Amino acid sequence: MKKLLTGNEAIALGAYEAGVHYASAYPGTPSTEILENIAPYKEIVAEWAPNEKVAVESAIGACYAGARSLTAMKHVGLNVAADPFFTMGYTGVNGGMVLISADDPGMHSSQNEQDNRYYARMAKVAMVEPADSQECKDMVIKAIEISEKYDTLVMIRMTTRVCHSKSVVEVGERTEVPIKPYKKDTSKYFIAPAVAKQLHLVVERKLVELEKFSNETDLNFIEWNDKKIGVISSGVAYNYAREVFGDSASYLKIGFSFPLPMEKIKKFAEEVQTLYVIEELEPFMEEQIRAAGINCIGKDKIPNTWELNPDIVEKSLLGTQKPTIDYDKNVAVGRPPTLCAGCPHRGFFYELSKRKNVMITGDIGCYTLGGTEPLNAMDTVVCMGASISMAHGAKKVFEKNNDDKRLVAVIGDSTFFHSGMTSLLDVVYNKSNTVTCILDNRITAMTGHQENPGTGFSLQGDEAQITDIETIVKALGIKHVKTINPLRREAMKEAMDWAFALNEPSVVITRYPCALKKYSEQDIEEFGPIQGICEVDQEICIGCKACARTGCPAIHFQHEIKKSYINEAQCVGCELCMQVCPVKAISKVGV
Amino acid sequence: MKIKNILLVGVGGQGTILVSKILSTGLLQAGYDVKMSEIHGMAQRGGSVSTQVRYGEKVHSPIIGIGDADILVSFETMESIRWLEFLKPDGIAVINEHEIPSAPILSGKIAYPKGVIEAISEKVNTKVINAAEISEKLGNTKVMNVVLLGALIKSMNLTDIDWESIIKDLVKDKFVEINIKALNAGMEAV
Repeated sequence: MKKLLTGNEAIALGAYEAGVHYASAYPGTPSTEILENIAPYKEIVAEWAPNEKVAVESAIGACYAGARSLTAMKHVGLNVAADPFFTMGYTGVNGGMVLISADDPGMHSSQNEQDNRYYARMAKVAMVEPADSQECKDMVIKAIEISEKYDTLVMIRMTTRVCHSKSVVEVGERTEVPIKPYKKDTSKYFIAPAVAKQLHLVVERKLVELEKFSNETDLNFIEWNDKKIGVISSGVAYNYAREVFGDSASYLKIGFSFPLPMEKIKKFAEEVQTLYVIEELEPFMEEQIRAAGINCIGKDKIPNTWELNPDIVEKSLLGTQKPTIDYDKNVAVGRPPTLCAGCPHRGFFYELSKRKNVMITGDIGCYTLGGTEPLNAMDTVVCMGASISMAHGAKKVFEKNNDDKRLVAVIGDSTFFHSGMTSLLDVVYNKSNTVTCILDNRITAMTGHQENPGTGFSLQGDEAQITDIETIVKALGIKHVKTINPLRREAMKEAMDWAFALNEPSVVITRYPCALKKYSEQDIEEFGPIQGICEVDQEICIGCKACARTGCPAIHFQHEIKKSYINEAQCVGCELCMQVCPVKAISKVGV
Repeated sequence: MKIKNILLVGVGGQGTILVSKILSTGLLQAGYDVKMSEIHGMAQRGGSVSTQVRYGEKVHSPIIGIGDADILVSFETMESIRWLEFLKPDGIAVINEHEIPSAPILSGKIAYPKGVIEAISEKVNTKVINAAEISEKLGNTKVMNVVLLGALIKSMNLTDIDWESIIKDLVKDKFVEINIKALNAGMEAV
């Protein structure tokens, strides 16, 4: 049977067919749907871990215990998980193990566009790079085989366009394999220095074997056409090359990209007149090919910034371009993403944006949008969990410099569980008077509503213990904690006044569900159903734009008549606009 | 046959995903190789969204570049001009006469651009459709997306594919009838 699947769906299918027993991940675009699509398979234990390091370590545990295991993350997630990942390069596996790194060239949803192929080389683990969904499925199965045969972790390196593009996949059957027996083996799994010294020698020998495999495997295949132009390419860039050169060039398509098949590359290079190495992002292959003494054309012509497409490849290498329609592009007004109508974060940022002499350190999630127009209530965003620790460091320096600037750290519930807890421990331990705000919207919202340790459910739908943030915060040693509803403006203001007046670190937890969340029974009990929507009485409205300045997408300030209007299809009745209107022109209807 | 490129653009929440799903399923059943690409993530929060569908004998790249689309279907009026450079000069623009103001417009900073449809009509073969009005007459504005699918199918001469059975497979039972009506209305409108 043939199905049209995204790369992520195909990875999940591949995991099923490959007999994977255990999978763990933390959500992150563009990798999130891999675990979501593994979850329905009852043959696989599939879990959301609190962060990527925990996910990788859990998968390593499962692998040592004899299971075929899988872990998946976005590219920057591997930074978080780098520690166990590198050591895994030395130990190898018991059951087969694959790690999926989903890179984001073009930064559609990321803070950088690091090329994680370098990670495979640095950690000395094998790597495959699928170019379409069929290859995604096939390569999971192949990677598990390679992992067990060569006793190595295999990294599957994907990119956004591979993860989120649909193409045709042939569906197969699951091969059920028994979980391998576990045998205590300290010379393999107990990485004390003496063991590590020996294992480094072992891994170097494995790499020699893997390079031999790389030269032999049909994961690296040659397609002979005209020999004037030869193209070496991998991943989605191969598809772009194929699109541009068609049958007028010969191809060496690299599917197994670490270690590279240097013998095969040499033979291919000898046969063609001009050799192009076409890669998205960095010259990972090109550098190694040049180091082997082979001349080629690559990054001197093809940009290493942003994602490629067929036109960029064509323009870079052939200098030709397709005709386009000539028009004034500036007519289109920007359409930046915004906090949704009814988003509880809006109430929080509306109040925070009024504070003077503050530095606001932000974090990664929907609430990052609080730093954009019109709220502009954020100074920094660096990485998951950084808000709390950066506020700590900054506060120390302002104090040392006799500057009384207040520091507010803003972090979401899932991000707090991910890597905010240890940062808050630092605030307590090293005593910085910061205000940490944990925006608890009862779900991991940005990536599309995944469960987390605070929501009461697991990835596979089982009930789970609800981890209480206030209890954690107190246990870490924070003495001043308040939990409030951020959509109640008075309560929000009071909480900020209270926190700013303290001489010790404090935590404000804003607890209210995401406006798009499907309420659980517990949510309904705690927050009740939202009823009615807000309406502007345009007779009373004075056109001051106070409601529009909340940035709610349901509110439209009508230029022509200088009055506000609320789109009834979008409004969810959160009542924030009612509370900011100075003349009470907005009321609740339909209650 | 030469590979055909379809570009669907709109605003997060307008239902481009269902349309591309129906479309790609139909093209696959008709025996074409199909690739489809869309961007998730930040776009869900009211941002500009785009979906690309490519079909033919053998499709390599899942995405297109500027000047590559045979047809641009814009679910929202202003989005058509944002994405126009992707359309071939001899391609077709299908524009929904439906304005969704973006954040800078909502806040009263900038006015919604005027004359978008006229400007595009001067440059390229343009079909204008008021899918909101059509879907409202059918009794459910949520099927606006499938009205636009109908217009797309007609414009690309894909009417031979059994779209009704695909809609039956992909849409919940109680919405099948209205979606089929929407599809037909869209075909008639262009």
